[in-house]
Amino acid sequence: MKNRTLLAYACFYLAFLYLPVLVLPIFSFNNSAFIAFPLTGFTTRWYEALADSALQQALVNSLKVGVVTALLSTLLGLLAAKAVTQYRLRGRGVALGMISLPLFIPDIVLGISLLLLLGTIGLPLSLASVVLGHLLICAPFSLAVLVARFEGFDPNLEEASADLGEDRWMTFWRVTFPLMLPGIIASLLLTFITSFDEFLVAYFLSGTQATLPVYIWSQLRFPARLPMVLALGTIILCVSVVLVVLAEKLRNQGVKKPMVGA
Amino acid sequence: MSFLSVSQVSKAFGGARVVDAVDLSVERGMFFSLLGPSGCGKSTLLRMIAGFETPDHGIITIDGVAMNGVPPNLRPTNMVFQSYAIFPHLNVFDNIAYGLRKSGLSSDELRRKVEAMLATVRLEGLGARAADQLSGGQRQRVALARALVREPKVLLLDEPLGALDKRLREAMQIELRAIQRKVGITFVLVTHDQEEALSLSDRVAVMSGGRILQVASPRELYDRPNCREVADFIGEINFFHATVKEVTESSVTVNGGLLGIVALPKTNVAHGITAGDHVLLAIRPEHVGIAPQGLSGTIAAATFLGERSHFHVKIPGRTEPIAVSGQAPAGESVSLEFPPEKLIALPATG
Repeated sequence: MKNRTLLAYACFYLAFLYLPVLVLPIFSFNNSAFIAFPLTGFTTRWYEALADSALQQALVNSLKVGVVTALLSTLLGLLAAKAVTQYRLRGRGVALGMISLPLFIPDIVLGISLLLLLGTIGLPLSLASVVLGHLLICAPFSLAVLVARFEGFDPNLEEASADLGEDRWMTFWRVTFPLMLPGIIASLLLTFITSFDEFLVAYFLSGTQATLPVYIWSQLRFPARLPMVLALGTIILCVSVVLVVLAEKLRNQGVKKPMVGA
Repeated sequence: MSFLSVSQVSKAFGGARVVDAVDLSVERGMFFSLLGPSGCGKSTLLRMIAGFETPDHGIITIDGVAMNGVPPNLRPTNMVFQSYAIFPHLNVFDNIAYGLRKSGLSSDELRRKVEAMLATVRLEGLGARAADQLSGGQRQRVALARALVREPKVLLLDEPLGALDKRLREAMQIELRAIQRKVGITFVLVTHDQEEALSLSDRVAVMSGGRILQVASPRELYDRPNCREVADFIGEINFFHATVKEVTESSVTVNGGLLGIVALPKTNVAHGITAGDHVLLAIRPEHVGIAPQGLSGTIAAATFLGERSHFHVKIPGRTEPIAVSGQAPAGESVSLEFPPEKLIALPATG
């Protein structure tokens, strides 16, 4: 009796999570400009309508911001994670806390503050300012993923490399980097998706160069274009799921394979 | 100047002196051990020789070249780490070949060299084995091979056998000694295991509290420890308080309390002892004799060890039982004698 209640609860829970998401692909193939049941027939014309130059520009903008944010955030996370895990630092806890703090600041506050700051110092709004904003949001994720990875890392491995004749730079490429690679890839994927999906900060900071979420938001004013947005959303959803699954898989693989030299 | 020389080297961590004005000299081709309890500074000393720690004071030279300021990757030393630090993403072959990147060998020569090293450590045919598929003993061999293949002037070993079980450890001790003889490289081993140090080394330095207490051959350390701490640390020993009565050219006469008045050969007495000094007389359990008459006592506890037994004898007027090793007599009561030529006199303080 109790088991059945639990099962029902679990099913309801999953339905609550995923049914709304399923609406997206269903209506993206529906041959009607109105989002309402019953369905009126199958079409791919909303997908064909995606070949719109403004949309493609927005997609390219988002990819640019996402890739640059992912690379910078992972690089910063790598350095910070190495510092806090492998050296006895004064103020380690404070530094970790400060880096993680943006996680708890509402994005809208972050967006407005950055907008004010950039305006005050006179920097024009551009994709670069979006990258700066996204870096604040993504760095804590990179740090969390990479700190976990570094914690299983035997510092003797780097000493052994030095002992065997390699300098710090070659030690990084021959030992640290290959062992951190699963963590680095997981961080790249996670931060890319976070940046790619981000709307609020991008809305405040992108100026005239809309990113994809900002573009989609602007299209919602035109009801006729809504099915096209659904088609776009479906594609993004699929790519996101693939990337997240990939990132999780890599992260777990890292956990299974021991990194200590013992 | 000796091959590896450590002169007046000190190191402090957060105010605590871990290594305190240590002097050492190691000859070329020697198997040298640093022996001491954990926290005595022996590993820190080894890490300073390797270049992972910088001495606060003092100079380390290898083959006449001062090592101060030389980073680990440019020193003629290689290290076998306590954790072995095998690179987990490389197989056995690549682990051993790791340090040969800049050696300028052709790939054929490199392969031959690594194969030869695999044979030396008896891992033939395991080159393709992944690092996480190795047993403890195999990891130890890979770590050794990876360091030896670079032909260092000094090989440093940090408790290399500590992680192995007892039988494997004993087998590896014999092998380590054989490998050292074969390659002829100077080995400096750090260990807290006195049996390991005594059985492997040409010379042993006993460390405690960051200082070197005595540097000597294993035999000498056992037979002629220079202080109470060394005597205590190397095997079991019995102590008796005594006072020096007379010092002559060839012998020293002491009042040994329960042992009576004893005349020891001068060679059994530590340097700098003069008449009137308070000393400790020390004797190993196997040197205590069982005699028809002597100091009588009762056997308190006995351990049968095959040919010999190890037993503790309680003697009236002494709280510490006396450890004796030999043929245990039948019955509870026993008389002990203490041959003067086996007694050694150590300073009672320090």
